[in-house]
Amino acid sequence: MPLYRDEAVVLRTQKLGEADRIVTLLTRRHGRVRAVAKGVRRTGSKFGSRVEPFMHVDLQLHSANNENGSGLDIVTQAETLGPYGEAIAADYSRYTAGTAVLETAERLTAEEREPSLRLYLLVVGALRSLADGEHTPSLILDAFILRALAISGYEPVLSGCAVCGEPGPHRAFAVGSGGLVCRDHRPPGAAAATPDGIELMLALMSGDWANADGVEPKVQREASGLVATYLQWHLERGLRSLRFVERSLVERP
Amino acid sequence: MYEGPVQDLIDELGRLPGVGPKSAQRIAFFLLAADPVDVRRLIDALTEVKDKVKFCSICGNVAEDDQCRICRDERRDLTVICVVEEPKDVVAIERTREFRGRYHVLGGAISPIEGVGPDDLRIRELMMRLADGTVTELILATDPNLEGEATATYLARMVKEMGITVTRLASGLPVGGDLEYADEVTLGRAFEGRRAYSS
Ligand SMILES: [Zn+2]
Ligand SMILES: [Zn+2]
Repeated sequence: MPLYRDEAVVLRTQKLGEADRIVTLLTRRHGRVRAVAKGVRRTGSKFGSRVEPFMHVDLQLHSANNENGSGLDIVTQAETLGPYGEAIAADYSRYTAGTAVLETAERLTAEEREPSLRLYLLVVGALRSLADGEHTPSLILDAFILRALAISGYEPVLSGCAVCGEPGPHRAFAVGSGGLVCRDHRPPGAAAATPDGIELMLALMSGDWANADGVEPKVQREASGLVATYLQWHLERGLRSLRFVERSLVERP
Repeated sequence: MYEGPVQDLIDELGRLPGVGPKSAQRIAFFLLAADPVDVRRLIDALTEVKDKVKFCSICGNVAEDDQCRICRDERRDLTVICVVEEPKDVVAIERTREFRGRYHVLGGAISPIEGVGPDDLRIRELMMRLADGTVTELILATDPNLEGEATATYLARMVKEMGITVTRLASGLPVGGDLEYADEVTLGRAFEGRRAYSS
């Protein structure tokens, strides 16, 4: 398989040598792939603008198993499917939330070349939504994180107690136990959760935007805090981009 | 894994930007085999650059004194500041001879995924330069790639209420590219055709 074709979202780019970049891709069929895009930092590059973060592209790649020695595939063609980069970079709140989406996707794909179609589709959806400006960027991020964790087998328990199943409402959220817990199963250090915060997380989980948009900033911050703590607990080390995400709502266009 | 000093050298070289483990190994063995006189010249150049070259206290460009050549030049227009990511971008823009104002070197672009936020760049210093009202135009000449655009977006928002005209270099620059690779003619045109920043 010297040449292959796939659709992908560009998760990250790093400079390589004089004019090349290493691009980390989340592909539709081949999972997370790292590849070299040659000459993309120079004037007149055919596809420099298409292999930038947030871009949704149709790629042709040259497989590394074909004695080019670097161990990385090489991008030979790129066509734009969704030019989300421009609209995301033009709004700082979208940019910071979008970067956290990309980093979360990268971190949840532990192994290279392990296909995860559902995560791929979720990333594309989140980026499209950010670019369209449909909802508050930080809420799009929180919805993405909750669903991405669910796909990875870490869906937080938001109804009954995560330990004994006793029906709620419960007021304590324990990341180590997997979600809400009853009074009896509340470990020391569990976070407090309000009914509004829990309702918002449920709405984000199910894509119920009518009930998620317009929720008070205070409640949004509470849900964001719980989502972030829950995510970081499931990753070995913290997400770098999370502390830069803009949580305030003043910048809503 | 190699013997102590060789591995130390490979590790140090591997920390340089754009140098992977394989290149680090290649460079290390090149140096091991090289003429000692050539290696001494490299050592001297490294020592000299760290001893003599500093960063301009005003704009952040490389300088041999407290201030760089451009900030010391009284013929330069004080009312215009051109913001770039790196000192090498100053060199690229100077080559066009289109710009007579002063610069502000940020020291990179905002890149949350690399852990680089606004506070890690010389943005506070820029705001202090803008505070006294002398500057009337701010040209955002960050790289024409995604992180450069996002950094420009952030800066435009920061100065929004200050009554300063904010402009961005005209398109025609390689999108996705580095500013330093733009040829003089393209970069000169981008300067001439700069447009008001709207966001
Ligand atoms: Zn219980
Ligand atoms: Zn200076």
